[in-house]
Amino acid sequence: MLKRLKKYSDLGYSLIAIILAFAIGALLIYLSGLNVGKAYSALFNGAFGSLFNFTQTLMNTIPLIFTGLAVAIGFKSGLFNIGGEGQMYLGAFVTAITAIYLSFLPSIILIPLVLLAGGLAGSAWSFIPGYLKTRTGAHEVVTTIMMNYIGILATSFLLLRYFQETGPIPQTVFIPESARLPELIEFSRLTWAIFIAVFVVILCDIFYKRTNLGYKIQTVGKNSSAAEYAGISSDKMMVLSMMISGFMAGLAGATIVMGVLHRFITNFSPGYGFTGIAVAVLGRNKPVGVLFAALLFGALQTGGITMQLFAKIPMDLMVVIQGLVILFVATPVLIKKLLRK
Amino acid sequence: MNIIEFKGITKTFGSLTANSNIDLQIKKGEIHCLLGENGAGKTTLVNILFGLYNQDKGEIFIAGKPCDINTPHKAIELGLGMIHQHFMLVDRLTTTENIIAGEEPMKNGFVDMTRAKKQVRKISDEYHLSVEPDAIVENISVGEQQRVEILKVLYRKAKILIFDEPTAVLTPQEVASLFKILNKLKAGGKTIIFITHKLEETMKISDRVTVLRKGKVIDTVNTSNTSPKELAKMMVGREVLLRVEKEKKKSGETVLEIRNVSLYGKHKRPLLQNINISVNQGEIVGIAGVAGNGQLELEETIAGLRKIQAGQILLNGEDITGKQTKERRGKGLSHIPSDRLKRGLVPSSDLAKNIILGNHNAFSKKGFLQRDKIKKYSKNIIEKFDIRCRSLQDNVDQLSGGNQQKLVIGRELSTNPVFILAAQPTRGVDVGAIEFIHQNLLEIRKKNKAVLLISAELEELMSLADRILVIYEGRIVSEKKKYTREELGLLMAGEKLG
Amino acid sequence: MSEILDVIFNINTFSAAIRISVPLVFAAIGGVFSERVGVINLGLEGMLLGGAFSAVLGSYLTGNPYIGVLLAMFMGAIIGFIFALFTLKFEANHVVAGVGLNILLLGTTTWLMQIIWGSRGTSVNVTGLSEITIPLISSIPIIGKLFGSHNILVYLMFVVVILSWIVLFRTPFGLRLRVIGEHPKAADTLGIKIRKIQYTSLIFSGVLCGLGGAYLSLGHLNWFSMNMSAGRGYMALAANIFGGWNPLGAFGASYLFAFTDALQMRMQALNLNVPNEIIQMVPYILTILVLAGAMIRSRPPAALGKHYKTSR
Repeated sequence: MLKRLKKYSDLGYSLIAIILAFAIGALLIYLSGLNVGKAYSALFNGAFGSLFNFTQTLMNTIPLIFTGLAVAIGFKSGLFNIGGEGQMYLGAFVTAITAIYLSFLPSIILIPLVLLAGGLAGSAWSFIPGYLKTRTGAHEVVTTIMMNYIGILATSFLLLRYFQETGPIPQTVFIPESARLPELIEFSRLTWAIFIAVFVVILCDIFYKRTNLGYKIQTVGKNSSAAEYAGISSDKMMVLSMMISGFMAGLAGATIVMGVLHRFITNFSPGYGFTGIAVAVLGRNKPVGVLFAALLFGALQTGGITMQLFAKIPMDLMVVIQGLVILFVATPVLIKKLLRK
Repeated sequence: MNIIEFKGITKTFGSLTANSNIDLQIKKGEIHCLLGENGAGKTTLVNILFGLYNQDKGEIFIAGKPCDINTPHKAIELGLGMIHQHFMLVDRLTTTENIIAGEEPMKNGFVDMTRAKKQVRKISDEYHLSVEPDAIVENISVGEQQRVEILKVLYRKAKILIFDEPTAVLTPQEVASLFKILNKLKAGGKTIIFITHKLEETMKISDRVTVLRKGKVIDTVNTSNTSPKELAKMMVGREVLLRVEKEKKKSGETVLEIRNVSLYGKHKRPLLQNINISVNQGEIVGIAGVAGNGQLELEETIAGLRKIQAGQILLNGEDITGKQTKERRGKGLSHIPSDRLKRGLVPSSDLAKNIILGNHNAFSKKGFLQRDKIKKYSKNIIEKFDIRCRSLQDNVDQLSGGNQQKLVIGRELSTNPVFILAAQPTRGVDVGAIEFIHQNLLEIRKKNKAVLLISAELEELMSLADRILVIYEGRIVSEKKKYTREELGLLMAGEKLG
Repeated sequence: MSEILDVIFNINTFSAAIRISVPLVFAAIGGVFSERVGVINLGLEGMLLGGAFSAVLGSYLTGNPYIGVLLAMFMGAIIGFIFALFTLKFEANHVVAGVGLNILLLGTTTWLMQIIWGSRGTSVNVTGLSEITIPLISSIPIIGKLFGSHNILVYLMFVVVILSWIVLFRTPFGLRLRVIGEHPKAADTLGIKIRKIQYTSLIFSGVLCGLGGAYLSLGHLNWFSMNMSAGRGYMALAANIFGGWNPLGAFGASYLFAFTDALQMRMQALNLNVPNEIIQMVPYILTILVLAGAMIRSRPPAALGKHYKTSR
């Protein structure tokens, strides 16, 4: 009973945090002399107003599910991975290169292989901060941020040096048809990737609820000394957790390349890696929570564009709302205080 | 004349009533003991007096005037001073810095260190506290740290000094010198409130005693008119066995053998030096020592959490020196850690998850946890070890300290171990749980298991252990079957016998 | 090779490093004040960004860059107060709150920039801080080149470094602050007003970041651009750790970072046969290495990152 109540209160806090964030967003819009009603209705229409808009929302949701999972998985072992952005770039880059060089393989082998390559590239990138954390205690927040810059620079360097398509724009050639994920609805760029994402969410849920390894990782996250005393190597679990986390961010990059861009382009991300933080925090680090939080932020991303076009409100307001959501979800004490009044 | 008067103090934490309608008078210039078990409400009461908690009901009168003490700041202004059980000292600062913080002597807006040190030295000399003003706190002994705490209070011109379990961390010799200081303070006109659960100390130091039980005052008596037996009865509410019954038993083959083990810390600092311990079947071996002399390091070394630089550890004749914790546990090592909340339990996880901790691989099939098996096993342990809880889904942080400890002990004794490493198994639990835990340890001894008991409680060691080893500064300085309290005290302080 | 050595031991590199170090130093000392009082401050990044934006706004509105600096300090104070409110009063996880604050400020500054200047990339040009030449010092060789001619914030930085050290280690406020960061309960039982000191420290931390941000926009470029702090707040936090939570150390570490950054820029300008991206990575890689190296040796304030409920 108490447990169930707690579950609901988790959801309740998240909802209140969202409402608060939107209320402050409204205040900002109002203060800058713009029309709140018009803004928010454009936002909603842009995200859900038509089938096409909804497909665009789902398209934006996919990478957020992965980057959200990446942050949530890090948290499970007590680590805050804000390197999702860099890991995603690595994933996207390696995905594109692998697909281009292995284009002779049939789809049925190529697609899983390329996905795996993208995920592993992300893992490799997140391994470094994980390893440094366990070996030296260097705070993962600082090191993952630095790895973001390094990752984005490194992919851009490799692209420009070795893989650039002839032409002025820094991008690779297209990946072969056989490595692309099939579209669900024509011209929507919404692909099978959505099912991959949902499938991964379910896998993660089972992993943490049912498996021994999931149990060990969470024990480390909750009390690493007790884990050590019980014979669970917290270092090993943290590094492993970091690598699973990076794998997810890598998948975000892989699915974007395979489903949306069909090539690697520098600076392709509108900050999916960072939005993943808000997704994870709002989803309370639970896989299913991440799924719904990603849908919300996917909708904001899509609706934000419409809002900018029709209500003349810069879509960066969505970033403001992200920040507010993180701050509010992080402070149940504040929400309790507000509720008491 | 009553310098302090509590009238009807009540304080609850959630569903727990820590203090219930407490009436109590403290006379000026006396040493007044507050006697009671863990959880009797002594510390809560003085924390209210010192402004760390606010009472729900009731009033406090100081020198006849009603006082609303809502912060320590206010308490200090009223002439109160508290020497906490866990020292309130910053390890990295000097004694002087610790003493003056919050009330610094000033010169042109800066801290006047020269004057500060002078003052510290002056008070130190006055009460024979021998505190070195320039010493860094982490480099001085526990006894000296306590004297820094006393100095802190005197520096603030306290007239009423509250000591919360001050002897818990001291050797008998250090206790004796503390008592000298207390008498000196009393002679200087100070009033002293002394919190303890030890009868012997109460009889020795106090003028009057107030016994607390379950948050209520049982009685206040003049020390000269009472006896330890009477106090014990008031404290526990029934006749108490002051000694555990232990049957005679011949020990069997060696189970754990530690040979010439040395461990070094940062900058090659020796933590354990040339340690030799052997524990046999059907035997409880005790490790006595003042906290911080290598007990934790020894515990972690045996558990496989530290890499030793020299020596060997054998379990049932097999060399386990290079083996990890997991492998050692697999070979029959059980471990009751010294700090259950920090190292023994995952407080924010449920009971079942805590009960399988350390033994989790036994409940895993193809990588998946077997939930039904876990449920059955957990229920069994909860019943057998009398862990009071509402359901298996409760988080461990919802249990009382005693029940948490029973969970750890139940978990560790149920894996059919050959060797049990029990570190401070009764720390911070009530008398009922202590008895239960002692019985369980004797039970396991009866089953011919080997037990290494690391404890700071001399009584516990003297009544349970078949042999006692004394650890001092990372070395085993003595080993015998029987010691007197005084002998143990001397050895623990690094002195030699005779 | 000799070309590279020339760059390293060139007086211009040293003097460029001083300029580059300014925002890092202010933010790193902001980090010292925050972490010494027990609060992990990843919000330095957002505070810098907020400062940079406010400074440009102030200068834009009044035409006076010094008003810009004052506005940056004021906004820094407010951001510091908000961060304190969340971490102390509402007991948010320091790290999560810090990152949330950074995202909030990234969004807010970019959004406001578009509302006010109608562009998402950069603001309009505003009046920047002019350089002040100190007559005597500037005529001394080498020293004159290094310290003779800077804008006011550079000189202020040196003052802040020294004053911060004095405040921390020689005044009652500093002693109390350090006791809180090590052992808040001890401070509480000594009757020290914990919250007052914590709030003051965090607000001060915000003010310093405001100054650092102001230098970033008004001292360097005279405009604001999206996310112009570019990770400097995180580097400053690393510098604070590397510097042993000490203003002097934080200054040294920041200068080291700035020096590699200065080298990086000069090497790019020299058109050496090293790709720009690789050179640009150097400061980031160095931050990681320095942090990893420093963490092994260093010992943070004992109560860093922990919540403490004051007595009442």
